Order: sequence, then structure tokens, then C-alpha cells
Amino acid sequence: MALEDYKGVYVFAQQVDNEISPIAFELLGKARDLAEPLKTEVTAVLIGSGIKGLADRLAEYGADKVIVVDDPELKEYRTEPYAHALSSVINEYKPEIVLVGATAIGRDLGPTVSARVATGLTADCTQLDIGDFPLNPIPGKENEQKHNQLLMTRPAFGGNTIATIACPDNRPQMATVRPGVMQKIDPIAGKKAEIIEFNPGFTANDRYVTIKEVVKAVSDTVDIMDAKILVSGGRGVGSPENFKILEELAEALGGTVSCSRAVVDAGWKPKDLQVGQTGKTVRPNLYFAIGISGAIQHVAGMEESDIIVAINKDEDAPIFDVADYGVVGDLNKIVPQLTAAIKAEKAKKAAG
Amino acid sequence: MKIIVCIKQVPDTKGGVEFNPDGTLNRAAMLTIMNPDDKAGLEAALRLKDQYGAEVTVLTMGLPKATDVLQEALAMGADKAVLVTDRRLGGADTWATSTTIAGAIRNLEYDLIITGRQAIDGDTAQVGPQIAEHLQLPVISYAMDIKVDEAAKKVTVKRQYDDRYHVIEAKMPCLITALSELNEPRYMSVGGIFDAVKAEITTWGRDDLKDVDDSNIGLAGSPTKIAKASDKVRKGAGEKKAFDSPEESVSYIVEKLNEKHVI
Repeated sequence: MALEDYKGVYVFAQQVDNEISPIAFELLGKARDLAEPLKTEVTAVLIGSGIKGLADRLAEYGADKVIVVDDPELKEYRTEPYAHALSSVINEYKPEIVLVGATAIGRDLGPTVSARVATGLTADCTQLDIGDFPLNPIPGKENEQKHNQLLMTRPAFGGNTIATIACPDNRPQMATVRPGVMQKIDPIAGKKAEIIEFNPGFTANDRYVTIKEVVKAVSDTVDIMDAKILVSGGRGVGSPENFKILEELAEALGGTVSCSRAVVDAGWKPKDLQVGQTGKTVRPNLYFAIGISGAIQHVAGMEESDIIVAINKDEDAPIFDVADYGVVGDLNKIVPQLTAAIKAEKAKKAAG
Repeated sequence: MKIIVCIKQVPDTKGGVEFNPDGTLNRAAMLTIMNPDDKAGLEAALRLKDQYGAEVTVLTMGLPKATDVLQEALAMGADKAVLVTDRRLGGADTWATSTTIAGAIRNLEYDLIITGRQAIDGDTAQVGPQIAEHLQLPVISYAMDIKVDEAAKKVTVKRQYDDRYHVIEAKMPCLITALSELNEPRYMSVGGIFDAVKAEITTWGRDDLKDVDDSNIGLAGSPTKIAKASDKVRKGAGEKKAFDSPEESVSYIVEKLNEKHVI
């Protein structure tokens, strides 16, 4: 089969406990962007047990088609039956692109499926585009340049380098995509997708593992490395008691509090909340640096954050050199008002 | 019981990154270490050795200088070491790396294969599951705890997910990928260092790989191709505003967060 005969952008629509994971909507949003220049359709692949009812939501978030693989063997995620399901869908429907979330599930499913269908896989992508490979034609070999390729961009080397990767000679082109990076679309209420039920048959073999126990996390302390939003305070917060205003802001944002080394050294906060070279390296979607001067050791631990907002009364504080949005001012006045404003904004969005 | 542990020599990204004058990474100037997740996997294997007298073989694919990490593994207590090295294997992506390692493993006997979850240079987490696929083995990724029932030929593994863990039972042979949180790896012992220096490291080239097609190895056998690579440009300063009132500061921040769809 010729490479051009592979059609469509497919998304693995991850669900856990019959609830669609946010990454599925994010991937659908990106898939719509990619489908446009390719003049093709977006298909969600929904795998699980008793999950057919979730298909309409995938339609509202951008799926033209939903392939449903519903089988009792697929109740909890296990590598083998899920890999069999997704690779069978690929072999049956021949998509040109398959996107999988770079979650603890997707980073196991993606490599297994890509090896099974013998194609390439690019991990943890932060950007996806349609373009040419090579990027520029090689002189004298202009006609060998391939068009409409998936260009997959990802950080490597601990975030010190960034590479754009193509998969020009194999199909599908597969990528896992970092959660929280791609934008979902505003859902279109009532939109329907073509639903296709597909079951390749599931016969247990030695590769089917047995789940003896499922233990859901009950810990109330979120690892700051996993947090999507961090509200980080420094010595400028003034006292351990005053961290309360940061905690309230974090709660309003759905985030977590972290801190600088000075705060840990002062005994205000435990070490596992420390961001920086001698603490943890974090890459949240949103990082608030509040009352943090921004020593190089601190910056090394947070500069990969997608958006950095700094609030500091010292206009020469080095944190403003890395902040996307810096505000010079008194944190004691700004932070409580910001918390109230964010609550109001969220209430407004929830209402309408 | 026979255990194979796959390890990788990686640049120590935590020890600071050196750049060439042209802005590219100076890999030669960087210290190398045994990849942390792999080291945890090795420690898990050595604990099974302490418990059951298992034979532990470490295997790496890389340049000849990767013997350093094999010697370290021997000094920690591994019994045998295999280096897979050949110019024809260079430039491999995860697919070609996994076909190569699977081809080497086909020459060995094993009940259990342990790899690290991911290496700190590439961070892909792909090679472990892909080796399992080529060898048609069950794979359990992201292991936080490993227990073996040798008589029943079964493993029980705590498998980490984003918001939970599963306790999984699998038949051996199988492949497990280890998290560095799994344990605190032991240090090399003095006796181990002496033995490691004397120990013979088996070296295999392309022709020693079993059932591996030329079309699946090295740069040419890699489905993914690098279109562009660049060292990440340091992020520059964005906007800095000094307003007269806290209200203006607040509305500025809310407006920006709305623009970026983070609230």
C-alpha cells in the first residue's frame, strides 16, 4: 500500500474509570489543526468497557468519527489488550497520523503499538506541524522533498536541546504529546460524529497480565513536579503565616504552592516544595513567582515553565528577566485581589 | 533465575551542560553516568540475586567507552556484561535501538528483563516496551516495586500511573521498566571493583545479533529522522509593568491569563 493511501488524523481518546482524560480533548484540538491542510478527517479511537456513551463528547470536541472498541477485557488499562485494540484499528483503517497522550498510559501504549505496526514514534512532543521534509530541498534533489509530513517537535537532553522529527517513509506517523500543551476547542454542543463499533477479538494469552489491586492516590500533597500550576513564594512573602495568601491563590487556580530555597532555609516550608538547582526542576503550564528575587539557582529550576508571572516590589529583581508577565508592586495588596478576581472569572466561565 | 538488565551510558545533564562556541552541546566535555532509572533496575536485579541467587547479566549498546558503565555494574555485583557496539548500529532511533537490543537478547537465556523507564538524554521511555514487543513478552512499565515468586514463575509489580497504582501479576519471562524511585542503588564494593577489572566483557557486533534484518538497524533503519535540532534558546524577558494601583495589576494579570487560556 502506498504511503499516500493512509488517510486521516487519529487520536487515542484516553479514558480512565469511564471518564475521558483531558489529554483526549487537547489531542482532538490539535488534530483539527493538522487535518485542515491535509484536507482529511479527525477520528477518535475510544477503547474500554462500557464506554460507548462517551463518544458524543468526543464529537463535541472535534471528532468527525469515533471508533469504539468496547470489550470486558478492556475495563482497566493493561498494555496487551489495549495495544491489540489500537494496533488492530491502525491495521484496519490505515490512518496517516496517530496521536497519543504522553501520560503514564500513553507512554506505554505508544511504544508498544508503534513497534507492533512497525513505524516510528516521537515521544513527548510539544509542537506538531504539517510541513516539508527535509525542511529545505536538497539542491539537485528537489523532487525528493516530501510534502504534507507531520513535523514533531520535542525537547531532549533535560530540556537543553529541541529537535524536530519526521517519519517520512513509514505510516502511520505517530507521536505522543505532552499533556497541557495543546489547546482543546470550545465544544460544539450537540455535534454528532459517525460512530463505528470495532472489535478485533480478545483472547487472553501469556502477555495478558492480571491486575490484583487498584490503589488510587489519596495523598493530599501533590508532587510539585506534576503540578500544572505552581504558585511559588520567596523570602519576600515575609512570614510563614503570610503564605496563606499564596495558598488561597493556588486553590483558586487549581494549583499547588511551592517555594524558593530561602523559604526552606528559613524553615517556613519543607524541602520537597523547593524549586531550583538544589530543589526540584518544574515545568508547569503556569508559574507564579511571588516575592522571589530570581537567583540563577532558582531560575534553573523553573525557566522551562510555559508561562511565568512575577510579582515583586523590586523592579530590578532578576526574576523579571525570565518572566513573561512581570508586575512591580506589593504582593500583599495584589495577591488577595488577584485571588478574588480569578474566582470571579472562573465563576463567570462556569456560568456561561 | 536469570535476569538481564539493560543499561545506558548517558551524559550527566544535572552536572551542568557545556556548549560549544557555535551553540551546540559539547557532549565530549560532559561527564557520563549510568542512567539513573537503569541503575535502579540494576539494584532491583541485585536484590533478587541476594534473595534467590539469580544470575545478573548487564547489557548495553553504545560506543566502546560504554564499557565504563558495564564495569560499574560488575563492581556493584552483576555477574556478566555484554557490550553491543558496531558502527553499523550508529544513529539508531528507538525502533532501531530496540530491534538491536532484542537481537542481542535472543542469544541469552532469561527469566526476567529489566530496563530503566527512560534515559535522561532522550527521555523517550520507548525502548523498554519496544524490546518487549520484539521479543513477544509481557511488559510492565513504571515499576515502583518488584517481587518475584520463583517457584510459580511469576512477578508481582506495583505499576505507577498518574493518579494511582496497579498491583500487577505477570508470568515470567517478562520485561519490567524501573523507576528511579524504586530503590536506593548500592555503591560499588572494593572487592567488586577488583573483580570488575578482571572480568571479561563480552563484545558483540552487528553480525552477532540474532534474527535482525539490516533494514531495521542503525541510521538507515530508523523510521524517525531529525529534520532540525537546535539548542534551546534561553528564554528572554517578557513584559514588565509597574501600575499605580493593585487593581490595575490584577486586571493586567487576569487579561494575560485569559489570553493564554490558563484560567
